[in-house]
Amino acid sequence: MSKFLKIFAPAATGAAGMLALAYTAADQFIVDIPAPIREAIAINAAVAEEARAEAEARAAELAMAGLAPSADGGYGLGRGALSEEVAAWDTDVRPDGHGLPVGSGDVFTGEEVFVERCAMCHGDFGEAVGRWPVLAGGHGTLEHEDPVKTIGSYWPYLSTVYDYVKRAMPFGDATSLSDDEVYAITAYLLYVNDLVDDDFELSNENFQDVRLPNEANFIDDDRMTTEIPAFVRPEICMENCKDAVEITMHASVLDVTPEETAAKAAAAAEAAAAAEAAPAAAVEEAATAEVTEAAADAAPSAELIAAGEGVFRQCRSCHQVGEGARNATGPALNGVVGAHIGSVDGFRYSNTFKDANEAGDVWSADRLAEFLADPRGSMAGTKMAFAGLRTQEDIDAIIAYLSTFSR
Amino acid sequence: MDTKYKGTKPSRRSFLTGALAAGGAAVGTTYARAQGAPDPAITETQPWRQFLGDGVDAAPYGMPSEYEADVIRRRVPWLTADAVSSINFTPLHELDGIITPNGLCFERHHGGVAHVDPAEYRLMINGLVEKELVFTMEDLMRFPRENHVYFLECAANSGMEWAGAQLNGCQFTHGMIHNVMYTGVPLRLLLEEAGVKTNGKWLMVEGADAAGMNRSIPIEKALDDCLIAFKMNGEALRPEQGYPVRLVVPGWEGNMWIKWLRRIEVGDEPWHAREETSKYTDLLEGSIARRFTWEMDAKSVITNPSPQAPITHGKGWTVLTGVAWSGRGTIPRVDVTIDGGKNWHQARMSGPSLDKSMHRFYFEFEWDGSPLLLQSRAHDSTGYVQPTKEELRHFRGENSIYHNNGIQTWYVNENGEAENVEIS
Repeated sequence: MSKFLKIFAPAATGAAGMLALAYTAADQFIVDIPAPIREAIAINAAVAEEARAEAEARAAELAMAGLAPSADGGYGLGRGALSEEVAAWDTDVRPDGHGLPVGSGDVFTGEEVFVERCAMCHGDFGEAVGRWPVLAGGHGTLEHEDPVKTIGSYWPYLSTVYDYVKRAMPFGDATSLSDDEVYAITAYLLYVNDLVDDDFELSNENFQDVRLPNEANFIDDDRMTTEIPAFVRPEICMENCKDAVEITMHASVLDVTPEETAAKAAAAAEAAAAAEAAPAAAVEEAATAEVTEAAADAAPSAELIAAGEGVFRQCRSCHQVGEGARNATGPALNGVVGAHIGSVDGFRYSNTFKDANEAGDVWSADRLAEFLADPRGSMAGTKMAFAGLRTQEDIDAIIAYLSTFSR
Repeated sequence: MDTKYKGTKPSRRSFLTGALAAGGAAVGTTYARAQGAPDPAITETQPWRQFLGDGVDAAPYGMPSEYEADVIRRRVPWLTADAVSSINFTPLHELDGIITPNGLCFERHHGGVAHVDPAEYRLMINGLVEKELVFTMEDLMRFPRENHVYFLECAANSGMEWAGAQLNGCQFTHGMIHNVMYTGVPLRLLLEEAGVKTNGKWLMVEGADAAGMNRSIPIEKALDDCLIAFKMNGEALRPEQGYPVRLVVPGWEGNMWIKWLRRIEVGDEPWHAREETSKYTDLLEGSIARRFTWEMDAKSVITNPSPQAPITHGKGWTVLTGVAWSGRGTIPRVDVTIDGGKNWHQARMSGPSLDKSMHRFYFEFEWDGSPLLLQSRAHDSTGYVQPTKEELRHFRGENSIYHNNGIQTWYVNENGEAENVEIS
């Protein structure tokens, strides 16, 4: 904290604060002037004088308008927060235990909840699926070329696990876990990181006793003392600074730039290509026209599909659709209309979906509409944590939209 | 500002000679380019010259020309697991001046874009305050407002380049930045309204999105220059930039500029949230990690020429341009080299020089058609000079991901094509 007192002007209040504010505003109009320094100082003094005058004028103006803070230090805006309101939002937890609710959860329960709610992205043991975060392992890798930063290998505080799971997990269904479930998941994550035994139960009572192994390796920002002095350079070479220059690495060797852009840049470099682009564009335009016409013949209108795309926004946090769609919290939805229920490869379905699949049930438009109107009523036991779409228009639109994607 | 031109500068006299020659239909004048047959762009009548265009209401909210369809944000799919928790990049190579248009400001979300209804918007201040308060949009709009232009740079900007040159395009290497004018209320005024208790040393700021994005901010910064912003470049914030209200934390890493801001808790200790421990901490050598690396060091990049914006006109008069910024002040000076750092030239700064804002620089030169190694280096108002990537690695190793402000090199070949390289 002491570093800050040096960097930033101490916080001022009242009239002094208003002055500081005006300085900040006036500062915007300073045009940067390089050396000579004397000139700069003269100008800065002028600017400071201007700022002072502006601050006084502003204070007077605000007082006139009745906007100056009243004697008790405020504008009288906003209203008092009710304790129920604070409780509803204030769920954060700090390393010192501030904010921990009363509750508990053990490793065994944690495993059950984790497999049900978290494993589709993080893997059964926190090893991760695809590019989702790895939560376990990685011990001793922080000095490797590719460090694996997990709760066990990197995170400094257990409170961060609790706070984050409570506020943001499961991804796409945030705030749906109970306090005890969060304790249980946290206990399970300690277990898969070999930090507790399988009979461990975590609670608000013993939370402070758990220390993560990497805590001591964190330091506060020390750039001001370690590197910045080396980069403040009053004298810098401008001419004949080095004899030879060699290229030591090319980005093209790795070739990880998204293709469209790379191709575009290459095309742009050939001036001749510009002239030839015209017929190509014409072909593309014709093709688009054809597709549009074909679509017009089919039942769902473009408007309905577009509306469906808008409605699908509610689903997007759990379901992917379109090119490259993968299973996430929910299964990928390409080709879902008309498909067998519960038939997306690699997705861990609930029992009700497995039963429907075995019975050979199909997602007809009607069946889908029924499910979307009332997911839990239509498929009791579904894992889909969505209350359902409220209007028939939304349901029709979303089915029209989903019909445009094939598997 | 002192500008050095390399090669021949077109003089006033040569313009005059040109004008005279054209007026007198003279023979023997030298032009940069010969024209064999008359140019149809001049001799033929284009449809827009002949027929009426759209009426005033054709586009109630105006959009760019159809010929600018390539000027868009782009993402690098392999970077992240999912588009919902991902990032895309500002097309810096297509822009000029210092202001980023709202629709091109890069996006970074941790739980997708929250579509917050302003009628249901509430901002709560709780914790170590005299009065725990709730504000509506209307309440916020009744506080005195300020306007400031600030850059917002993601701490991970250029993060893919730590271990070496990776991506071909300044959009990808440097595009996690935007620079807009914010209208908002000083955070200090809201805190004064609630009355921070003497032991209130830290704030936890929290978003209303599906990630409940949160960060800790020291009270000194909150009282200094943070804004509760609701407008960008004069219009309402875009949903992807935090509509209706975001926090502005000038000069500090973008991750702290909480979007869809819904709560500010005052406390006596930092929270050590996920986005300031597991992420946004800088792993150094020896397993040590820096945390709370808030300020963005001075940085610059040449936006043209660059891999997505090659030189297409051949040798001759060439405009080089780029942007520079510092989280600690202004950028009074940028140096440019076209020979890989053997010789440097002071670039010409143009446009307003504002505290913690992007600055625009230019360097015009006569290109002889031989390969170029282009670099820029920013000097900020504290005397700090942008280091090379090698100098940064000396202090931080190759695994810190965040805060890479090293000098960028573009190699331009004889055809004018540019590539991201590293040099000795």
